[in-house]
Amino acid sequence: MFAALGDETRLTLVAKLCGGQPRSISELTRGSRLTRQAITKHLRVLERARIVHSVHTGRESLFELNPEPMEEIKNYLDLVSEQWDRALARLKSFVEG
Amino acid sequence: MEDRIEKRMQLRAPVSRVWRALTDHREFGEWFRVKLDGPFVPGQISRGHITYPGYEHVKWEAVVQKMEPERLFSFTWHPYGIDAKVDYSKETPTLVEFRLEKTASGTLLVLTESGFDKVPSERRAEAFRMNDGGWTEQMKNIEKYVAQKS
Repeated sequence: MFAALGDETRLTLVAKLCGGQPRSISELTRGSRLTRQAITKHLRVLERARIVHSVHTGRESLFELNPEPMEEIKNYLDLVSEQWDRALARLKSFVEG
Repeated sequence: MEDRIEKRMQLRAPVSRVWRALTDHREFGEWFRVKLDGPFVPGQISRGHITYPGYEHVKWEAVVQKMEPERLFSFTWHPYGIDAKVDYSKETPTLVEFRLEKTASGTLLVLTESGFDKVPSERRAEAFRMNDGGWTEQMKNIEKYVAQKS
């Protein structure tokens, strides 16, 4: 994660996304000396580090910051919750069967 | 941030039947898929091995907290404590509680698991790694089991 942020362009991208508003690649490229392609590459690095994620609206990909670590806790709870659903379903058929 | 899981389920079986399925270590093992070394005793560690296909190497360990007959059964444990090299005893466990209530049609079971904010984030990440490899396979096992039983 720190490696992903150890780059000026990527830090600038994260700063732009800090407002909480999802941004398109075009918006994020605007005002930068880099090409759209280069910006996309940086966004993918941030995505792999789970710092940002993309959402698709129509033909466009929008990027936003991951609300860590809140999101991570939520995902974890969902996972444990799913396990319980399965275990309790087995308990149900066990006592009702 | 919600820090607990709560599940409510109606069971068409008397409270005494559900209580036995929860607290008799052999019966618990049947549906939970774990082979326990001995009976549950409040204040004592319960040890065993997961019998879930593909996870037989995984140890089960929990500390039984309360056993109030036909009302409350609780234990603490480390969910997804599956790495034999890690000493989970230093981490704060989560609390699992099963509460039973008699209803017209049988038993209302309320399960809660709380204390997730204390689970270290590496552990949460580990649960996901395990999940990635395991779920598809586990789903198949469940389908197989259900098909056999019906």
